Amino acid sequence: MVDRLEDLLRRARAQGAVEADAFMVEEEIQTVQVRMGQIESLKHARENRCSLRIFTATGSASATSSDLSPPALGRLIDETVALARVTQRDEYSGLPAPETLAREVPELDLWDREGHRLTVEAKVEQARRAEAAALEADPRIRNSEGAEFYDRQARVAYAVSGGFAGQFRVSSFALSVTPVAADNGHMERDYWYSAARKLGELESPEAVGREAARRACRRLGARKQATAEVPVIFDPESAASLVRALAMAASGPSLYRGTSFLVGRLGEPLAPPSVTIVDDALRPHGLGSRPFDGEGLPSRRTVLLDRGVLQSYLLDTYSARKLGLRATGHAAREGGGGVTVGYTNLYLEPGPHAPEAIIRSVDRGLYVTELIGFGINFVTGDYSRGAVGYWIERGELAYPVEEITIAGNLREMYRGIEMIGRDLVFRDQTAAPTLKISRMTVAGH
Amino acid sequence: MAATRELAQPERFFADRYGLTQSRLEGLLGVAAGRVDYADIFIEHQISEDFLLEDGVVKKASRTLSQGAGVRAQAGVRTGYAYTDDLALEHLELAARQAQAIAEHPSGSAVVAVPGRGRPHDLYRLTEPPVDAALARKVDLLRRIDTLARGSDPRVRQVIATLWSEEQVTLIATSEGWQVGDVRPLTRLNVTVVVDESGRREIGGYGGGGRVGFDFFLDAERWARFTREAVRQAILKLAAVNAPAGTMTVVLGPGWPGILLHEAVGHGLEGDFNRKEVSAFTGRLGQRVASELVTVVDDGTIPNRRGSLNVDDEGTPTGRTVLIERGILRGYMQDRLNARLLGMPLTGNGRRESFQHPPMPRMTNTFMLAGEDDPEEIIRSVSRGLYAVAFGGGQVDITNGKFVFSASEAYLVEDGRVTAPVKGATLIGSGPDVLTRVSRVGHDLAFDEGIGTCGKDGQSVPVGVGLPTIRIDGITVGGTEV
Repeated sequence: MVDRLEDLLRRARAQGAVEADAFMVEEEIQTVQVRMGQIESLKHARENRCSLRIFTATGSASATSSDLSPPALGRLIDETVALARVTQRDEYSGLPAPETLAREVPELDLWDREGHRLTVEAKVEQARRAEAAALEADPRIRNSEGAEFYDRQARVAYAVSGGFAGQFRVSSFALSVTPVAADNGHMERDYWYSAARKLGELESPEAVGREAARRACRRLGARKQATAEVPVIFDPESAASLVRALAMAASGPSLYRGTSFLVGRLGEPLAPPSVTIVDDALRPHGLGSRPFDGEGLPSRRTVLLDRGVLQSYLLDTYSARKLGLRATGHAAREGGGGVTVGYTNLYLEPGPHAPEAIIRSVDRGLYVTELIGFGINFVTGDYSRGAVGYWIERGELAYPVEEITIAGNLREMYRGIEMIGRDLVFRDQTAAPTLKISRMTVAGH
Repeated sequence: MAATRELAQPERFFADRYGLTQSRLEGLLGVAAGRVDYADIFIEHQISEDFLLEDGVVKKASRTLSQGAGVRAQAGVRTGYAYTDDLALEHLELAARQAQAIAEHPSGSAVVAVPGRGRPHDLYRLTEPPVDAALARKVDLLRRIDTLARGSDPRVRQVIATLWSEEQVTLIATSEGWQVGDVRPLTRLNVTVVVDESGRREIGGYGGGGRVGFDFFLDAERWARFTREAVRQAILKLAAVNAPAGTMTVVLGPGWPGILLHEAVGHGLEGDFNRKEVSAFTGRLGQRVASELVTVVDDGTIPNRRGSLNVDDEGTPTGRTVLIERGILRGYMQDRLNARLLGMPLTGNGRRESFQHPPMPRMTNTFMLAGEDDPEEIIRSVSRGLYAVAFGGGQVDITNGKFVFSASEAYLVEDGRVTAPVKGATLIGSGPDVLTRVSRVGHDLAFDEGIGTCGKDGQSVPVGVGLPTIRIDGITVGGTEV
C-alpha cells in the first residue's frame, strides 16, 4: 500500500503539486443482526479508499476515490490539480515540517490476528446469547429490537511527499443488544454494548444482555418532574458526553474560527483542581489509539485539563499555525481527503468517591442516565438537552423520570463539578466516572 | 471538471463503463435468487464536490468518487446483504453468492405479494447538474457571500460558507425483472457567521438547496437572502435572554419547525418499527392520535425538493402517503421487506444512504396541511408562551415517543405580542401526545429551504419538512429561567 501511495505522490508532483500527502484504507466489515432469536440480517463488505491532498504554489485541494484502478487514480490526480487551481493557498496551509514527522510506528497492539477467524455461526451465536440473556433477565422484557455482532479489520497507510510513510492494521469488535421492556401498556427500550480491539476482551454476551435488560426495566414507570434548580449527577455514560463537549470546544477549527467558548483561555482554570482530562493516543489496544496521526505526526498523550487548568487544545498542523501554537497530533482523516481534528482515547481521571456516596450527598436532585438532542451552543457554552434518569430524594434514587430537560452553561457546569467518582471504566473512545454538578435547571411540568 | 453526460442514462452508463448489461444483471440475480423470496442489486456511482470559504478565502476544495453495488437476498425476515466497491463482474458475483448464502435458509414465514409498481416520476430534470457547473462560478459565489456578510454589519467577524454538490447515478434490478435507473442531483449552500459585540460572541447560520442546479442559488439572489438571514440570526442572539423553563403554550412558525412532525410522529410511523411492535404508535391505525385540525402527509413527489425521489432506493416510484388524516392515524411508510411482512402496500419509502447500506423505511418530505387560521391571530391568542421559528437538530426515542429539538430562533410571547428573543430553548414532548394539543393551524403552509438530513441506524438521507403556523397548548420548554 505504501508503494502505491508513494507512486501516486510522485505522479502528483509531476503534474504540478509542490507537496502532497496521501492516505489509503482497505477494510473488511461483517455485521450480524439477530432479533427474537432469528437471524434478521447478515452483512459483509470489502472496501478500499484512497485520498490525495495536494498543495500547489497557489492553492490546495483534496480528492477521494473508491475506484483504485489505474485510470481512476489518474483522474483523481487530474481532478485534485483542477480543484487546487481555483482555491487560494494561505500562509498557514501546508504539510507539517519534516523534522516533526513520526520516525517510527510504535506497536500499540491494535490488531487481533486470531479474532477475525470467528465463523459467521459463532457470531450469530454471540448475538443470540446476548439477546436471550436480555429476554430472560426480567419478565417485563417481552420484545427486542435485536442484538448485533460487528467486526472490522482494516489496513491504513499514509505517505507524505519527501517524508514519512507508514502503515498499520486495526481490528474492532462490538456486541450490542436493544431490549424493549413493557409494563401497563407503556414501552421503554435501552441498550448496552461491549466494544474492544481484541475479541477476547469483549464482555460475555450474557453480561451485555443482562445489563441491557436492567437499563430498559429501570426506565419503566417514569414520571415527569416539576421544574427546579437542583444538583445533577451524571452517570459515567452521560458524563463522557460532557468530556466530548469540552473536546469539541477545544478543537483547532472551532478556536481559530472563533466558534468556541474556550477561545483565549489557555492557561486559565476552568474547573476545580480535582478535574484532569487526558487524551491518550498511545493507550495499548485502546479503541481510539493510533500510532501516528492523519498527517504523519507522532501520537502522544495530551493533557487537556490539568488539575482544572486548560493546558492544551487539540490541533492539526493548519489550526496550530493559525493559532501560533504547535500541532498536537490530532489530525484525523479516516473519511474524505480533507483533514479534520479528532480525539483518540479521551477520559476524565477518576476521583475518590464511590458512586453511591455521590448519590447519598444529594438531598433532592437528578441522576442522569441518558441525554438526547443537540442543544449545545459551543460559541457561548449554553447547554440545554433532553434527559432521562432518576429523581433523588434524601440521598436515594426515588423514581425514574423522563420528558425533562437540563439546562446550564458548560463553563459553569465545569466550574460546578463538586464530586468525581472512582468508577472510571474504558468502554469506548471516551470515558468518565460519575460526576456531580452543583446546580442546573431541570425543566418539567 | 469534464462533464460526463453519459451519466444521464444510468442503464447505458453502467453497461458501457462496467459491462453491466441487462442480461449480466439478470444473471447475477439468478445467482442471488436461488431459493430466496426476493433479490435485488443496487448499483451506484456518486460524485460529490465540496468547497469551503473562511477568513475570506476559498481554501478547501475536495471531490469524492464513490461507487459500488449492494446485493440483497431475502427469505422470510432474513436479509443477506453484501456489497463491494469494485464493480468488476467477479466481485459482484461473489457478493451475490454471499447474499444468497446468508439468506438461503428455510424460514416458514408467509410471503405476501406486494402490489405492482407505477411509472417513475421525472422530478429533477436540470439543464445543468450541480457538479457540472464551472468551478470558478462556485468559488465566485462564495466570495460574494463573504463580501456581502462582512459589509452588512460591522460586528461580523467570521464568515464560513460551504457549497456542496452531488450527483448520484443509480441502477436497481430485481429478481422480478424490474430494472430502473435514476440520476439524482443534490446541492446545498450554507452560510455561517460569527458576530462579536464588545467581547460577546454569537453564531448564526442559514442555508438551503435541493435537487436543483447551481443556478438555484443565483435565482432571485437567493444566496444574498441566505447570507442576510445568517447575519440577522447571529445578531439577534446577541440580545437574547435566557429561555424560560417549564410547560407552556408554544407557537411554531411555518416551514422548518416541521421538524416537530419528523421527530414526534414520522419515525414512529416507519414500517420497521411497527412490524417489530416497538413504536409508540404500534397497533394504533384508525385511532385518534392528533387533534382533528391535523393532517400529516409524507410526499416524495414534489419536484426538486431535497427529500424527493423519482424512485426510492428499491426502485419503487415514490408517492404521497397520508399518515394522519384529521387526527386519525391512517398509514405507515414502507420499504419492500416490511410491506411484505405486514401485508401492506408499498409506499416508495425504501431508502438507503449508499450501496454500503441495505434499505430501510425512511421519510421523504413530511408536512402538515394548511388550516384556516390567520398566523398573526394565532400569536395574539397566546397570553404567555414561546414563539419558535428556527430549529437546530432533533431526536426521538420511538419506543416511548419522547422527542427533543432545539430552537435556534425563538421569542417570548407576552399578552399576544412577540417580545424578547430567547436563547437555549429546547422543546421536549411525547409523540403520541403532542399533536393532540394542537389547537390552531394557520393557512400559511411553508416548506423548509432544503437543509434536512435524517439519521437512522447510522444512515443519513436528505429529507424535507413543512408546517403552517401552529399553536400547541402545553409542551415542556427546557431553559434556565425558572
